[in-house]
Amino acid sequence: MIETLAMSGLTCPAPVASNDRVQLGHGSGGKLSAALLRERFLPLLGNPILDQLGDAAILALPTGEIALSTDTFVVRPLEFPGGNIGALAVHGTVNDLAMMGAEPRYLTLGVVLEEGLPFAVLDRILATLAGAAAGAGVTIVTGDTKVVERGRADGMYVNTTGVGLLHPLVRPGAHRAEPGDAVLVSGPIGRHGMAVMALREGLEFETTITSDTANLWPLVRSLRDALGACLHVLRDPTRGGLASALHEIASASGVGIALDEPALPIPGDVAAACEMLGLDPLYVANEGVLVAMVPAARADAALAALRAHPLGASSRRIGEVVARHRGMVVLRTALGGTRVVDLLPGDQLPRIC
Amino acid sequence: MRYLSEYRDPEVARALVRQIRETATRRWVLMEVCGGQTHTIVKQGLGELLGDAVEMIHGPGCPVCVTPLEQIDKALALAARPDVIFTSFGDMLRVPGSDCDLQQVRARGGTVRVVYSPLDALALAQAHPDKEVVFFAVGFETTAPANAMAVYRARELGVPNFSVLVSHVTVPPAMRAILDAPDNRVQAFLAAGHVCTVMGWTEYEPIAAQYQVPIVVTGFEPIDILEGILLAVQQLEAGRHEVVNQYVRAVTREGTVPARTLVEQVFRLADRKWRGIGEIPGSGLVLREEYASFDAERKFGLEDLTVEEPAECRAGDVLRGRLKPHQCSAFGTRCTPEHPLGAPMVSSEGACAAYYNYGRYREGEALAMSRESAVGSRQ
Repeated sequence: MIETLAMSGLTCPAPVASNDRVQLGHGSGGKLSAALLRERFLPLLGNPILDQLGDAAILALPTGEIALSTDTFVVRPLEFPGGNIGALAVHGTVNDLAMMGAEPRYLTLGVVLEEGLPFAVLDRILATLAGAAAGAGVTIVTGDTKVVERGRADGMYVNTTGVGLLHPLVRPGAHRAEPGDAVLVSGPIGRHGMAVMALREGLEFETTITSDTANLWPLVRSLRDALGACLHVLRDPTRGGLASALHEIASASGVGIALDEPALPIPGDVAAACEMLGLDPLYVANEGVLVAMVPAARADAALAALRAHPLGASSRRIGEVVARHRGMVVLRTALGGTRVVDLLPGDQLPRIC
Repeated sequence: MRYLSEYRDPEVARALVRQIRETATRRWVLMEVCGGQTHTIVKQGLGELLGDAVEMIHGPGCPVCVTPLEQIDKALALAARPDVIFTSFGDMLRVPGSDCDLQQVRARGGTVRVVYSPLDALALAQAHPDKEVVFFAVGFETTAPANAMAVYRARELGVPNFSVLVSHVTVPPAMRAILDAPDNRVQAFLAAGHVCTVMGWTEYEPIAAQYQVPIVVTGFEPIDILEGILLAVQQLEAGRHEVVNQYVRAVTREGTVPARTLVEQVFRLADRKWRGIGEIPGSGLVLREEYASFDAERKFGLEDLTVEEPAECRAGDVLRGRLKPHQCSAFGTRCTPEHPLGAPMVSSEGACAAYYNYGRYREGEALAMSRESAVGSRQ
């Protein structure tokens, strides 16, 4: 043993190139930057357009209008049950395009990495991101990476900008809700927000809730094919939850929205977690649920279209658009009372008692 | 969810509402003491279901609402110190002090953390021995045992960098203050179930006897509250005034003795200011002398800070049930949930915030109906 130690003591120490973590040099534009791209990003995300590594991507688009949307993703922790920031970065932007009725085609990818981020984490996130992009049928055509000093970012931030092809006739919008429309929701609410919250520092809260992060385009295509221009409103209730999304629609369209509390699809584990933490599931974020408003006469057709896809299997009607209480969302409680579902002034804060 | 869904059963609720309406021969005025009960009443729309049978006045039992301005200002001063990690229950973060709130202090560089338990704050102090960790110990008798436990443990474990900013209040003196007011309208109380889980109800027996008011120890689910109201209305109709326990699954007459003992060991009674109401003698809890080293006010020299409440805010009249929130001249204009003048507009269970939402809805309904009838008359 002693001899072995002596031998290792005599070995000339080679410069250590840490190969398990992001270093500031990976953002220098030099060899490390090239290696980062070549070894970590391109093997997972490469395609003929991205592989050209030009200053800008060149896209061939059919004639007509396109939809363009950008979103930046900051989530702590980076990985959570049911997904990670990579899945969110694809689904978030793809879903924003889909809510305009646009077919998502291309994404850009901007990444800010924090010095010290383990490559194992980066690799997992990029693999998820690549899988989500492939699953959504979108190509990542150009990108950028930067590295900031340790302590200047929460591991990594991601920005994606998406290009989608608009349909010439089907143009859902938050301003198009009409009294008499049925309000539909495509699946259980509150899962993403509670999955992330359960992991936050200080809560020490054990739960089996997984994020619902998903590509909503298949549901939208199915609705678009079944309803055409009758598809008045589409919205994915992310930050601020279902309540905030409905509130925006009520304001934009100048209508009232009446919800039926017993019809709201709140999973038992989400309801229990919210109960314990003093939160209201109506304000908790979703990443794989959409709200649709269609004329009541077409509600069954819309539900059938949603349910044809596994993601929409538990879709249901939760209320209606009314001419009363314009700009407000009002909930009929299970007991038969009513209450106003207002916008929160800021973040939802847990209650004392 | 077992133990929860059965207390939200719509059929049972409807039957209780029917029974209350049948029992009441006149409109009785009841006060639910606790903010958690107010929350259920507003969230479930119970007031609307009860109609003319009962008027509910929202009582002073929201700890967020009654924490006096000067304690908030002390919290803000502590949170702004670079050597302090300030910890608090979540809904104290938005309560306005004299010039800002804890969220704004955080944005300016203060360290403010939301915790669910004071013991988490104590653990934080142990993990950061180079920092001072201060916990904002607010609330009624409900939160007092856990807060007492944190201080007790801190002394036992010898954690010198932990302290608490105490703003504890107790229910019975506030009920007396309400009943003593010359223009009091409250005819019966729903006492706060969780407070009584700790304290039992022996303190309420002399109040019921002296002021001849029925007091019903009541839980927080819709069925609990409706049952509590029914028990109060039955007493009022029969001319009785007793302390009755609706919340039998949690409360006994003596309460939780170990918790009470711990509270008495760590805290003593003292006079306490209530936001919007003023000082109520013997209504607060402060740390006993042997725990003085854990008192943040002493530790950081904040004992002398006093602050006048803004004259325009009539929170005191609202909390006493003397003024309906929408009758306040600042309501909905200079005072909104985004820019609250006083605490009842801050908390989701505050009376003013509840009225802000509900009142606007009623106006919206009336507006839409007048529009519809205008259209109808043209046809």
